[in-house]
This record gives sequence, C-alpha cells and structure tokens, in this order.
Amino acid sequence: MTSQANIGKKPQINHTNPLARTLFEKLDYDQLTNCMRCGFCLPACPTFRETGVEPESPRGRIALMKAVADGLMEPDDRFRDQMDHCLGCRACEPVCPADVKYGQLIEQARDAIEDHPVHSIPVKGVRKLFFKGVFPHRKRLKTLGRTLKFYQKSGLQRVARGTGVMRLFPKHLRDMERILPDATGDGVVEQLGTVYPAKGTPIARVALFRGCIMDVMFAGTNVNTVKLLSEAGFEVVIPPEQVCCGALHAHSGEMELARDMARINVRVFKELDVDYIVSNAGGCGALLVEYDHLLHEDEAWKEQAAWFASRVVDISKLLVEHGRLPAFSESAASSTEPVVVTYQDSCHLRNVMRSGTAPRQLISQVANVSFQEMREADRCCGSAGIYNVTQPEMAGQILEHKMENVNATGARYLLTSNPGCLLQMKLGVEQHGCSETMEVKHVVDFLYERMNGRNA
Amino acid sequence: MLHPSLAAQLRTIVGDAYFRDDQEALIAHSYDGTPMLQALPDAVIYPASTEQVSAIMKALSAYKVPLVSRGSGSNLCGGTVPVQGGVVMVMHRMNRILELDLENLTATVQPGIITADFIHHIESLGLFYPPDPSSMRISTIGGNIAECSGGLRGLKYGTTKDYVIGLEAVLASGEIIRTGGKLMKDVAGYDLTKLLVGSEGTLAVITEATLKLIPPPKSKMTMLAMYRDLYGAARTVSAIIESKIIPATLEFMDNPTIRVVDDFAKLGLPLDMEAILLIEQDGDPETVTRDIEQIRQICMREQADSIQVAATREEAERLLTARRSAFTALARLRPTTILEDATVPRSKIADMVRRINDISAKYNVTIATFGHAGDGNLHPTATTDARDAEEIHRVEQAFEEIFAAALELGGTITGEHGVGMVKAPFLEWKIGASGVSLMKGIKHVFDPDNLLNPGKVFAKESRKRVVIHHD
Ligand SMILES: Cc1cc2nc3c(=O)[nH]c(=O)nc-3n(C[C@H](O)[C@H](O)[C@H](O)COP(=O)(O)OP(=O)(O)OC[C@H]3O[C@@H](n4cnc5c(N)ncnc54)[C@H](O)[C@@H]3O)c2cc1C
Ligand code: SF4
Ligand code: SF4
Repeated sequence: MTSQANIGKKPQINHTNPLARTLFEKLDYDQLTNCMRCGFCLPACPTFRETGVEPESPRGRIALMKAVADGLMEPDDRFRDQMDHCLGCRACEPVCPADVKYGQLIEQARDAIEDHPVHSIPVKGVRKLFFKGVFPHRKRLKTLGRTLKFYQKSGLQRVARGTGVMRLFPKHLRDMERILPDATGDGVVEQLGTVYPAKGTPIARVALFRGCIMDVMFAGTNVNTVKLLSEAGFEVVIPPEQVCCGALHAHSGEMELARDMARINVRVFKELDVDYIVSNAGGCGALLVEYDHLLHEDEAWKEQAAWFASRVVDISKLLVEHGRLPAFSESAASSTEPVVVTYQDSCHLRNVMRSGTAPRQLISQVANVSFQEMREADRCCGSAGIYNVTQPEMAGQILEHKMENVNATGARYLLTSNPGCLLQMKLGVEQHGCSETMEVKHVVDFLYERMNGRNA
Repeated sequence: MLHPSLAAQLRTIVGDAYFRDDQEALIAHSYDGTPMLQALPDAVIYPASTEQVSAIMKALSAYKVPLVSRGSGSNLCGGTVPVQGGVVMVMHRMNRILELDLENLTATVQPGIITADFIHHIESLGLFYPPDPSSMRISTIGGNIAECSGGLRGLKYGTTKDYVIGLEAVLASGEIIRTGGKLMKDVAGYDLTKLLVGSEGTLAVITEATLKLIPPPKSKMTMLAMYRDLYGAARTVSAIIESKIIPATLEFMDNPTIRVVDDFAKLGLPLDMEAILLIEQDGDPETVTRDIEQIRQICMREQADSIQVAATREEAERLLTARRSAFTALARLRPTTILEDATVPRSKIADMVRRINDISAKYNVTIATFGHAGDGNLHPTATTDARDAEEIHRVEQAFEEIFAAALELGGTITGEHGVGMVKAPFLEWKIGASGVSLMKGIKHVFDPDNLLNPGKVFAKESRKRVVIHHD
C-alpha cells in the first residue's frame, strides 16, 4: 500500500483532528521544507545515538511534524511522546547544511501540543504549580528557596532520608533530591545590592541576568559572577525587577508565558541602557539571545527585543573577549601537582550561543591546571531542562554513557556552565563516578576560587 | 497493511521491539536523502543476524511482499523509498566488525556499520580503507556497497567496488549465498561479488562483507589552483593525468559554487575566478614533494591565476573545507537542493561544465557545478523550491538535457549515486535496450517475483531521448 505525499506548497488541508490543526497553524512550513533529509544531523543527535532508530532523530522528528502538517498522519500518543523525547539540545543545528531552525520547530510543536493537554492530573498540577505559580514570581521563588533551605538545614532532610519517606517518590526524584545544593532565600541582590563597581577603570557597564533557579540554588555562583566581572573591569548592575527567562516554559510549549516573561525582562533591562547583558547559565542565555525571535511577531516589542538579544553574552565569552583577565592564582600554583580539569559543554551555550571555546580558554589560563578534554564533551548530558524528570529512562542512559567519558579523563574537577548540567553531572558522579575524588563545579566558581588563590 | 499472520511471523522472528507498523515508524521510513520523493511502507523491521534476514525473506516471499533494505537512507536516487510499499528492513543492528585479519589485511563486517566508524577503527590500527563518500559519517558500509559509493580519494584509490572481495547475501528466496572471500585472486565462475556491488538492493540483501585494507600513505600535501579560464582548469586536469601523475584528490568548483562557498565560509576566495582545483597528493614524502612541484608547474603552464600550497595540515584543512562546504553552502540558498551526478571522460570536463552553464541559462534555473574532476564525475546542483511546480519542471528538463549531454560526451548518467528511481528513466540511454533486457534477465534469475527493492533501476517507461541543439 503506498501513498504519495503531498509535497509542495503548504497544502490546503482541513484537519479534523484539533491537534493536527494547531500543529498545521503553528509549525513553520518553510523550515519543514528546508529540511532536505540528508541525514547529516543523525550522528549529532543523542537520542538517535542511544537508540539508532530514525524516529528518534532530528530528520525523523521533522518528517513526523511535516507528515502531520501534510495530513499524512494523525498526531497520536506516539507522536506526542516523540516530541517529548527530544532533549532540545540542538546539537542538530550547527551540523545542518540547510540551516534548518530545528529548535524553533520543536518549540512550535510543543506549543501546539500544550494547547491540547492530555497530561495526567498530577503532572498537570505540578506543571501548573511550577510554570505559572512559581517561576514567574520572584517572591514565591524566594519562599521556595527558604522552605528548601529549612528542609535541608532543620534536620528534616535527614529525617526524611532516614525514615525512608523518600522511598515513596520515584527513584529518579529521590536521586535528584540527594544532590540538590543548599538552597537559599537570599539571592545575589540581597547579598550584594543592585550596583557593584568595577575594579580599576571600567571597561563597560553590564547587567547580570540572575536567573530564577540559579538565584535560589546557586546564589553563590551569582555572587562570584558579579565579583569576577568586577575584577575583570566591568561595572555590574542587577535589576531586581527581572524575572525568569522563560526557557523552561518555551521548551515545554508554554509559549505565551515565555513571551510574557520576555516582555518584562526586555523592559527592565532596556531602561538600564547597559552595554552587555551577562548570563552565567547556558540554558537561560540561549533563550535570551533569541528573544528577538520569540517576540518577532509582536510589533510593539520587536525592536526592543532585538536590542536586548544583541547584548546578551555568556560570562566566559565576555571575559575572554573584552575583560581584563585577573591572574588566576599563581600563588596556589607553585607546590602541587597540576590538577586535572575537564569541561562538560552546556548544549545551549555551545549550539545556540555558539560559545564553546571561551570557557576552555579561561580554564586553560588557570595556573597549574591540566585541561583534559573528554570524549564527546559536546554531547548533551541528559539534563536538558526538566528532561531528566520527565524522561528519566533516556536521561539515565545518556548520563551513564556520559560518565564513562568523564571517568576516563581522571579529572579532579568537572566544570560546567549551566545549573541543570551541573546538577545532572553531580548526579552522574554520585551514580557512576568517583564522588570522593571528583568535584563538579560551575566554571565561574572554579575561576573565582583560583583567582583568590584558593586551591579548594 | 500486511497480512496479520505475516506480521505475526515477522514479529516472532525479530521480537516485538524490532517489528513496527505504527504510523511513526512508517513515516520515518518513507523517505531518503532524495528531494521530493516519499511513499509509506507497510512495516519496518530490524534484523539482528543473517539467519533472521533469511527467515524474514522466506516469510515475505511466501506472501509475495516486497522488501527494501535500508542503511541510513542517505542515498540521493530514491533508492530506499518504498514505492511499492512492503517492508523496510533497517540494517543498523547488524553493525559489528566480525573479523580483522591483519595477516591478509582484510576486515569482515556486517552491513549496518557506519562507514566513518569503520574507517576510524581501521585507521586507529594503522591501516587504510580508502572509499570515503562525503556522507561517510552517516552512511553504512552496506549502503556504500549497494551504491558502489566513491569519494574524494576515488581517483587514485578507486571506489567501493575495488575493496569488496567477499560477500554474504540473502536471496529473495531466503537462501544464503557467499561470494568471493579473502582471496586476492579468484576466477571460479562469474564474479558475483562485483555483480552485487552497485546492485542497489535489487538482487540480494547483503549481510556480510569482506573488505580489502591497505597500508596508509606516509605523507600528504594539498594545494589550490585558481583559474580565470575554465579551459585552463580543465586542461590542467588532463595534463596532470597525461604526465602520469595520479593525485589522491583532484576536485573542481565552478564560479557559482565559489561564490556561494565564499559567502558562506568567508574564506576570502577570489570571486572572479571561473574555476578552482583542489589537489592533494599522498605517498612517500619525496614522491609527494616531487609530484606537487610538477603539478604546480603544470598549473602555471595552463595559466592558473594563483596557486597556493598549504604549508601546514591546518592550512590544508582550510582548503579542503572550502570544497567540503560546497554542498552546505548551496543547500542554504534555496529550500530544495537537487544534487546530480553526471560523469564524463576527464578530458571533457570543461565542455561539460560549459554545457551545464548553457543549459541552466536556457531553462533559467540556478545550477552550480562542483565535483571530482579527476574522475570526470561532476555534481551539477540545482538550487530551487519544490513548491514552485513550474520551476521544478524546468529543473527536470534541464537535468534531462544535462544527462543527454553527458552521454554525448562519452559519459554516463551517474558516477556514484546509483540509478534508483531518479535515473531509472534514463538507464536505457546509457546501456541501450538490449543492455536493459539483459539486466532485467539477471534480476529475474535472482528475484523472480520482483520482491527486492521493486521500482528501482528499471523504469516502467524510458524517457524519450531529447534532441539537443548545439551551436
Ligand atoms: C550529503 C551527501 C553526500 C553524499 N556524498 C556521496 C559521495 O561522496 N559519494 C557517493 O558515492 N555517495 C554520496 N552520497 C550518497 C549516499 O550517501 C551513498 O549512496 C551511501 O552509500 C548510501 O548509504 P546508506 O547507508 O545511507 O544507504 P541507503 O541510502 O539506506 O541505501 C542505499 C541503497 O543501498 C541499498 N542497501 C542498503 N543496505 C543494503 C544491504 N545491506 N543489502 C543490500 N542493499 C542495501 C538500499 O536498498 C538502497 O538501494 C551522499 C549523500 C548525501 C546526502
Ligand atoms: S541535517 Fe538538516 S537538512 Fe539534513 S536531515 Fe538534518 S535537519 Fe534535515
Ligand atoms: S535537539 Fe538534540 S535531541 Fe532533539 S533532535 Fe536535535 S540533536 Fe536530537
């Protein structure tokens, strides 16, 4: 039985299936046709590498989207699952000869799917709670941070682990709980204020994008980021009204929420008129540099969004390209053996912000460090936003392979540039690594410590 | 839809996980790298062994259901589009190196191994497997064998057919045959190995291949020669071969290709050049230096505008990148990129490029040409838009005339990409009616019920030969 596909102009199809109709409306048909199905993206894709089957590849997923748009296929459960299975790591984009904007396609597909939810009640509740109820609200995030801190510090964590209450949760959530860093209710603004002066003659005025999770779970890294920037000659402002970047929402199909947040951020940062907007989380940065695309249909915001996007830069790149680099601790260097350091790319930093070399350059400048590139450092670690929570099986498989490569480096420090990757790598070290001898750190924290001569 | 009892049989052979007939699997195996072709199979199956392939074939032939064997679907001739439905058999699970015989310098592999993975492994052992299709990071050895793929090293080292010395294959009936072996000499009967190489999945399913390996060259040098005069570049190609130097690589890019490549890769190539030749020689250091010097003189004699010999490997890579990015750069121009594969005797390169340019002007379509000049194998590449039916029609007409021109110059309709569906209507132009009927006879002996990759190679109707007017 054969059927010749309707290839050509955007077909005039009266989709009866409501999801198919929404997909047809939301998917960029030009991008779908731009894919010439050469297959160049297959070896770059982690889910294809793990499974070896075509539907788990970028080419396969694009074909599925196009088949739905063309009315060749009903968007069934498997279709939804397949769209969920994509990590969104976008390793398929830099290798694509035709420059297909895969990242946009998968977001459009998820956005359409989100319009016709079939989540089970608990998942729905949790999503709603976090996406609508927590991330967009600074105060609630802080409260969450405090609660978590209370949970961790009060002994409740010990009690929970001890009594086995945690066993009621699925294994992957239990594992996650164990590696969570100490949360805090005091973010970077509470600790440093909203303006931090440059050391020496200022090179430029930059604004810090502090992130939401970043500022609750990794406030210390935010503080170190500001101090490092100051040391390198940048005056740092931290607008307190900024909100979450919206990346988790955009990647999960909650486009309108993402756009709402983008508008707030664009407004807040535009008022400051800074030279750069600095991000220290690859995942956030990647959406921030695409705010222009996110708001491109919004006439009122388009221009300002482009202003915003053009100023976003990752801290490593800013330091390398424009900063006065501080000496990264000659003092700690003299005595000890060189310390082996390896680096796990943040997919979004590498594939979207295209800043994979800057962190490596910085690490290599640190005294007494022997930088050891791991095999497939550019491959996603399986964290991918909340992927490791929603797709534990695939994430676990990817992580296991990742850790084989990590372990082979014999590194003392495993550095990353994104909170999600950082947590995932901690989990990996716990599960498949040598947690006694290997430490996972954000590049910024590593640099900051070395700058101060600490050999931590 | 397959007969339920056939589906049940197939499921039992490979296990539930490896037989699929859901929408997702069917859609994802309805296409390959060829633009504008798509057809749904009835099921997809992933065998793990020759025995399973044989059992699958037996079941299918009992029900007279067609089979398309598939590597990575990277071919550009519609070779894996299941136009008559049936079952697509994906070879990816059969991806092991079964034996490396370092005494006989052979490797025996399963067909689903990715070409680049195989090559890397071989090179890590200090050996060399020369066939290097540009798609090697995705393509499989099985696909390479079925299409007889070539690559940048084809001129000096030959193509896939020169390295396949033994095969195991499953016939349409499910019977398993073995051809050739590790012997470098073997003339017992017809050479079935060579017959199966390039048979595009229409004669048998290849389940194992024994490949010849060679010692790697000791050194390598790379140069770039640029010409304002197309004929100068073409004469250089002939002069190099005439002077009995066989370079490892001798690649060509025409002016439209140079323009897009430079626009894309920002290499600072001169945009007013009519052609660029990329030349690489490998071998013993002294020979390489001598050859490159001689080639440089030939280039100068033929009025090359400038000649660059790469001083370092990095610089060489930069030059190679220029050539490799040709396809990438062209693919970004318009939504649909149709890369074709006409081949002429290498003395006729310039004539052929001229013809292509005239033809593209005549039909008002954009066609850039690059390719393996040393082999006479050109890739005229149309950048177009599948949604513009009228333009596509003109592109098709232009290609038809290009194939005719290639044949007229003593060439052929495909040098390395295979016939598949795309070239099927033109096969008769190349081999004549008696050639086609002989090939059909061979096909009938192997596959009497026409179950293996039906609808490929042989067209229902041959295209009428267009009359070309020249001046
Ligand atoms: C960007 C790009 C660049 C390319 N560059 C080159 C190049 O430089 N040189 C070149 O020659 N080609 C090139 N090709 C074409 C293509 O990659 C080759 O033809 C390649 O050999 C196909 O391999 P595959 O594994 O993808 O096979 P597929 O495309 O899956 O199959 C190709 C054919 O082989 C048959 N087949 C596959 N496995 C078996 C088996 N085990 N037994 C029997 N039949 C089988 C199929 O039925 C089909 O007819 C290029 C393609 C692309 C997209
Ligand atoms: S590399 Fe790009 S054009 Fe090729 S199959 Fe993948 S997405 Fe499509
Ligand atoms: S985004 Fe990552 S996981 Fe998704 S298709 Fe692309 S490479 Fe694969």
